[in-house]
Amino acid sequence: MADLLSYIVRKLLLAIPVILLATLIVFLILYLYGADPITAVAPPHASAEDLEALRDKYGFDEPFPIQYGKFLKRLVFDQDLGTSVARGTLNTDVSYLIEQKLPKTLQLMAIGLTISYSIGIPLGIYAALRQDTLKDRGVMVFTLVGYAMPSFWLGILLMMALAVYTNILPIGGTVGGLENIILPALTLGLGNAALTTRMMRSSMLEVKRQDYITQLRSRGLPEREVIFKHALRNALLPVITVIGLDIGWFVAGAVVVETVFSWPGIGMLVINSIANADFPTVQGCILVLALFVVLGNLVADILYAFVDPRVRLG
Amino acid sequence: MIAAGKPLLEIRGLRTQFFLHEGTVTALDGIDLTIYENESLGIVGETGCGKSMTAFSVLRLVPHPGKITDGSIKFKGLELMNLTEEQMRGIRGRRISMIFQDPSSSLDPVFNIGSQLGEVISLHQNIYDKDALKKKTIEALKLVRIAAPESVLRQYPHELSGGMKQRIMIALALSCNPSLLIADEPTTALDVTIQAQILNLLKEVIREAGSSMILITHNLGVVAETCDRVCIMYAGRIVEIAETFELFGNPLHPYAKGLLMAFPKLGEQKEELAVVRGTVPNLMEPFPGCPFVDRCDYATNVCERVRPTMVEVEPGHMVACHLYPKGGGWQDG
Ligand SMILES: Nc1ncnc2c1ncn2[C@@H]1O[C@H](COP(=O)(O)OP(=O)(O)OP(=O)(O)O)[C@@H](O)[C@H]1O
Ligand SMILES: [Mg+2]
Repeated sequence: MADLLSYIVRKLLLAIPVILLATLIVFLILYLYGADPITAVAPPHASAEDLEALRDKYGFDEPFPIQYGKFLKRLVFDQDLGTSVARGTLNTDVSYLIEQKLPKTLQLMAIGLTISYSIGIPLGIYAALRQDTLKDRGVMVFTLVGYAMPSFWLGILLMMALAVYTNILPIGGTVGGLENIILPALTLGLGNAALTTRMMRSSMLEVKRQDYITQLRSRGLPEREVIFKHALRNALLPVITVIGLDIGWFVAGAVVVETVFSWPGIGMLVINSIANADFPTVQGCILVLALFVVLGNLVADILYAFVDPRVRLG
Repeated sequence: MIAAGKPLLEIRGLRTQFFLHEGTVTALDGIDLTIYENESLGIVGETGCGKSMTAFSVLRLVPHPGKITDGSIKFKGLELMNLTEEQMRGIRGRRISMIFQDPSSSLDPVFNIGSQLGEVISLHQNIYDKDALKKKTIEALKLVRIAAPESVLRQYPHELSGGMKQRIMIALALSCNPSLLIADEPTTALDVTIQAQILNLLKEVIREAGSSMILITHNLGVVAETCDRVCIMYAGRIVEIAETFELFGNPLHPYAKGLLMAFPKLGEQKEELAVVRGTVPNLMEPFPGCPFVDRCDYATNVCERVRPTMVEVEPGHMVACHLYPKGGGWQDG
């Protein structure tokens, strides 16, 4: 247990440079992009001097390293992400904005991941157990389509099928209610379900060929135990390793899907903030999203060590 | 020996084929073989001659796309070919067990030894009580001379050496007192020093249990040390069967002669079978005659056209070769 704790702490410490690098890159892009939040938030009749004064106040006239340095200093010493410089949210704490939106994104990702694995894992097993039959081929075609289709397009198709033509579900998600989450979560989950299906299938096929599976049969073990106890547990290992990567993929996917369905999460916040050149908010969001990716990988590592006795954390 | 034992397993006309896109591979083409009680029989032959498929066929575990297409396999008089899959599971691991060549890939890596052993024991002996099961698993490990069974139970396959894993495979195979153990190259993947230990262990435990063993190997030295009788296979057929002593002293089939000629003299040890010139026939193309014809120094016209049948040349010494015509054997003197 102490091992596990020190492992987690070590991993998190190692993640700090990664996260900082992500914020640095975003900062650099925004800086080079040359967007100016001040013109956007200043009153319409503001003079050039007024604008200059505002820039000075928020520190946007300073050279890049100083700006980034100040951001870091605030982050490290005050655990402060600064305040928004966008019109409707001027001077609101970025951390407050994120707190508001974070639960929505977490919800979306949790349901999306659940959809993805509860479709992908059983379907992959199903296909593997019927290798090379028509059913297996059908599943493979589905996964190819699901994988090749970009999520924004899948989202629009689902929206048309389930909301526009049939009125089963509401189109948008601005309200953030339960029935509003189904479409975006489905969109987010289905693409990854296709990928999970393929992985699960090939992993299962690989395990089924192993000596120990034949060996178990040679001891008279019933087929369902051979498959669902032994083969399944082994076949799940590679699928678990990619959960960490999946979470990173979901973070990116959430940004797109939230925009398509106007789901009020961090993805929407980050897109709007980029449009408004709201640097501090963009930075804050990127920090949180990068943290997600790191935590996702950590969870996958721990899970993996938990199911595979050959893996020692350290 | 032969007169003493009762037949345990009788294989007659066994044919196992693989149905591939490119054609049908006849891996076993009419195998006739009897294993008696309390004996160990060696099966020797080059790679691909069908040794493993013989073993898998007996357990009816021929891998896809292979199938047993003909023949009879009787175990203590019971026709295995007629059993349902369910009934067959009652035979596997309980009456007939098998151990494979490579112990490193033969254990499930994510379960510990205790639970893998316990699984088989509770399956075949209906023991579900935790303490009783543990006692049984420890007994099984002691049987294969494992010194610290309690700690091994908690270990996972990757924590054990190759020799240790093979001991555990033997424990798994023998945990339910099967009458027949099929060991498919049980020592090939092990260090030479460990090989001897494992072979001796196999010999001992089989004798103690009063079971029979089929030992599949490339190594004639292993056969000489371990087996009462030897069966030589070639291209999916049996070409010669005899008691070990008899075969080593008096090989009849030209293929067997070739193998033994290259066999090292006392004390030496050779890993692989000697190479006899020429190539093995393609098992995808049916051939009417003797499969060894292209490599045989004594081949005649008839060898091309007619399949040789088994002839008993001496009591218990059988060979399938046209050099030994039917009725021309020992009976006629
Ligand atoms: N999966 C398969 N598909 C097609 N043919 C196969 C397959 N498995 C085995 N065979 C055929 O069966 C024949 C016998 O194979 P088998 O495994 O019994 O050989 P073996 O004598 O055990 O060889 P080795 O000494 O290498 O273990 C092979 O020559 C091959 O033609
Ligand atoms: Mg083999």
